[in-house]
Amino acid sequence: MEALTGHWNLTMSALSRTARIAAKTGLHALPTAVGIVVLSFVLLQFAPGDAVDVLAGEAGSATAEGMAEMRARFGLDRPVLEQLWTYLANLAQGNLGWSPRYNMPVSQLIWERVPDSLILAGAALVLALVIGVSLGAVMAANEGQAIDRLLSVVSLIFYSVPGFWIALMLIVLFSVKLGWLPSGGAETIGSTATGLAALLDKLRYMVLPTVSLSLIYIAIYSRLSRVSMIEAKAQDFVRTARAKGLSERRILLRHVLRNALIPVTTVAGMHVGGMLGGSVVIETIYGWPGLGRLAYEAVMGRDFGVLLGILLFSSLLVIFANVMVDIVHGLLDPRVGAPDAAV
Amino acid sequence: MSGHVSPPHRLAPSLLAVDDLRIAFGANEAVRGVSFDVREGETLAIVGESGSGKSVTALSIMSLLPSSARIANGSIRFEGREITGLDAREARKIRGASIGMIFQEPMTCLNPVMTVGDQIAEAVLQHQSISRKAAQARAIELLDLVRIPDPHRRAMDYPHQLSGGMRQRVMIAIAVACGPRLLIADEPTTALDVTIQSQVLDLIDRLRRELSMAVLLITHDLGIVGQWADRVVVMYAGRNVEQGEPGALFANPLHPYTLGLLTASPRLDDSYHYSDGPLNEIPGSIRSIAGERGCTFAPRCAYAGPGCRESIPPLLTLSDGRQVACPVLMQEEHRVASFNY
Amino acid sequence: MPPYNNAAALRSADAPTPHLPVSEVVVPLPRVTPFYPPSPAPQPVRWRTGRRVLAVFARNPLVLIGATILLLISMVGLLAPLLFPGDPLAIVGQPFLWPGADAAHPFGTDSLGRDLLAGIAHGASISLRVGIAATALGLLIGVSIGAIAGYFGGWTDAILSRLIEIFQTLPNFVMLVVIVAIAQPSVVTLSFAIAIVTWPGVARLSRAEFRSIRARDFVMAARSLGFGPARIILSEILPSALPPLIVTASMMVASAILMESALSFMGLGDPNVVSWGSMIGAGREYLRTAWYMCALPGFAIMLTVLALNLIGDALNEILNPRNNEGPR
Repeated sequence: MEALTGHWNLTMSALSRTARIAAKTGLHALPTAVGIVVLSFVLLQFAPGDAVDVLAGEAGSATAEGMAEMRARFGLDRPVLEQLWTYLANLAQGNLGWSPRYNMPVSQLIWERVPDSLILAGAALVLALVIGVSLGAVMAANEGQAIDRLLSVVSLIFYSVPGFWIALMLIVLFSVKLGWLPSGGAETIGSTATGLAALLDKLRYMVLPTVSLSLIYIAIYSRLSRVSMIEAKAQDFVRTARAKGLSERRILLRHVLRNALIPVTTVAGMHVGGMLGGSVVIETIYGWPGLGRLAYEAVMGRDFGVLLGILLFSSLLVIFANVMVDIVHGLLDPRVGAPDAAV
Repeated sequence: MSGHVSPPHRLAPSLLAVDDLRIAFGANEAVRGVSFDVREGETLAIVGESGSGKSVTALSIMSLLPSSARIANGSIRFEGREITGLDAREARKIRGASIGMIFQEPMTCLNPVMTVGDQIAEAVLQHQSISRKAAQARAIELLDLVRIPDPHRRAMDYPHQLSGGMRQRVMIAIAVACGPRLLIADEPTTALDVTIQSQVLDLIDRLRRELSMAVLLITHDLGIVGQWADRVVVMYAGRNVEQGEPGALFANPLHPYTLGLLTASPRLDDSYHYSDGPLNEIPGSIRSIAGERGCTFAPRCAYAGPGCRESIPPLLTLSDGRQVACPVLMQEEHRVASFNY
Repeated sequence: MPPYNNAAALRSADAPTPHLPVSEVVVPLPRVTPFYPPSPAPQPVRWRTGRRVLAVFARNPLVLIGATILLLISMVGLLAPLLFPGDPLAIVGQPFLWPGADAAHPFGTDSLGRDLLAGIAHGASISLRVGIAATALGLLIGVSIGAIAGYFGGWTDAILSRLIEIFQTLPNFVMLVVIVAIAQPSVVTLSFAIAIVTWPGVARLSRAEFRSIRARDFVMAARSLGFGPARIILSEILPSALPPLIVTASMMVASAILMESALSFMGLGDPNVVSWGSMIGAGREYLRTAWYMCALPGFAIMLTVLALNLIGDALNEILNPRNNEGPR
């Protein structure tokens, strides 16, 4: 009975801390979000020409009246502040504008591409964490010895390799030379497979992009977890755990790892934004239909509405990810968000 | 002061016997031949300044020495069994179950991401095959034993929610969780407020009697020694230089180092004012003494004679059970006036 | 943004220090130095740094290799116009020559017959120029804003911190693409764009440094002497804040080179120059047959960035030595 109520207390305290952290971080993030929105709008004003110019250029020619009329239709001839107000009002309703190129609302365009980008970024994050932390653990366990130095160099090489270049080299090796994996796309065109077969098919297409995207993060996490594990092992409470007679393995798993992983996971959460950015090049190379490739298409097509919509969306996603990171950090570390702490 | 009852230690069997222990870190000897024994149910204090090797000695009893250290010589027998050179698994069985240890820094000694109750239960579960629920119940019992109020709620707390004194009590609970025969306390109160110090030491002494433990108390504080120890070992530079009961030792110190320690500690009722003159001090400091042949204290000793620098003085045992590693002060002409401590 | 710093410290430089109770020893004993071998007698700072440098180099022979590589590449970049006179975009031979096939073109030629070695040599100059310019600009902006925020505190700090946070939240590469798309791509705009994206990290770091150094005694002394803020920032605090900034600078050059090459690869770089990234971009469609066109310039990027990172690691060890505790 005590154990049950005890766990109830633990959950309650965890919940209350989570709520406190979420509120605090969320409130803190609001002005930042507003700032980013304003910045996006400002950038939009600096864009040379606008969507109408693009359309006119693609149509071959256009009369001045025709362009003026289109501008009026798109609301591009109003004073700046009014446009800002309209912009903000639209944003509040989730309206990011219209893309003349794709002939659909920008928000819908972005929304369609989000899942694929998130899948790729999520897979890359998980892969990077698993491999990075394992490498870091091996390095920490053999601190100063040959394997540690070797893996440190390897991780430094991973950190120095340009992501897009390794993507191309992987294509050369695995697609061109060995023919094991496809060189682009998200699924076999014209495939009618469903369920597990479809999933496996998609996974085949995901392997190379995920590996390319995760490489630099593997380097970062292995270095970080190595340092934090070495530090955790030197803490006093590890000596206490030894004095209890616990085995080294149990000390590592229950005491060292739980403390050492805290900084790693918080850093990983902050990389969500970087992954979305890095995916621009990777998605373009592999033809992966995500936000990154949409950004590339938007740049090439001078569609600044879409481009800034992507910037805005991914920034807001980063803010959301930061709030999540703070919450996870609070769940892992009971010292965070506590209302009281005895001296 | 709570009642400190001395067990009849002269008759009690020896629980822990350390004989000529030498511990080296690479080429440097931190402990150069220490011998003492802890009898059942008594409190033995090891007193010495930082660098005397007392903590290293304690760690070696628990087989907790860092990998850079090795026991170069000597033996440690616990309950008649040799525990140096045990393999890791055997050593782990003793650690926490038969011998418990608490350390100096309660603020950092507990895992910050585990509840206090879980950490105590972990110690229980390691050595006793009982259910998790039973271990948690035992943890609450232990919290009550170390006089932490409201143990049911406190067991759910994390270390950062407890004060330093309470954390040290939790450490004590962890150390005595499996009913060890010996509790090693390495400077348990140095990092605590003065008011908490006596509470913690009182707790340790009470547990010693209730749980029939012996306590090996390591400290640099002569006041603690006088108040709580049945016998005291004085260590200097890796060797024990004097042993005996505190009362006799303080009244009549037989080693120049002990004498120096006592005279260096001013007492309130001496009404000694700084305008009266400088405080007594032991001249010099511990230097690297590798290669010196004679008594390690000789360079700083006011009574050192030519023989002192030639060879290490042996540990002499006196008729009343005291041991001292210096022949000089026992000679009549050097005997100081009776010293009330 | 240097990856090896503590993330928590990066996001909020106000970590509360733990409160430790003051201990009072009842009977004071004479203070003696610890028994374990005494550390060598304190030497003048100059000697200590010199010995540290030597120790670091002795421990990591790779660092010397890194420094050598960087030196070589810099020399090649600097001397490119002399070693490979003429326009690297000029057609000089038959197309699709593999490396080693023709002695006149040791790295081969591309799809139009341009010499790859000349391209790589000139590309070195571009990459290093953009890298250094972007880093210098990013440092200038970042250190200035961070210093002002860290020194003055209060409202100034609050507003500037918010600004830093806004720019740090924007995803790097997307922002780069946006800026370069708005302003026409050139070496100058690329450097500028990279600086805009990297200054927040520097600002965070220097803000933390300035805040902590400001609280130190010698700064208090300077303030009580009536020195103005500008003088204190520049001549008192900045020298002490330099070590982590120097390490950051070398890492920034490395990441700037990576960013520039990625942008050029995507076609968003300066169209009038040959850059390693643009060479890889040009070679992309021939990946199946002439993959050396992509491999060689990319390898050059990797070597340069690796060398810079090795040097950055070495600088970190020299300037921020970890304290090794002896046996206790």
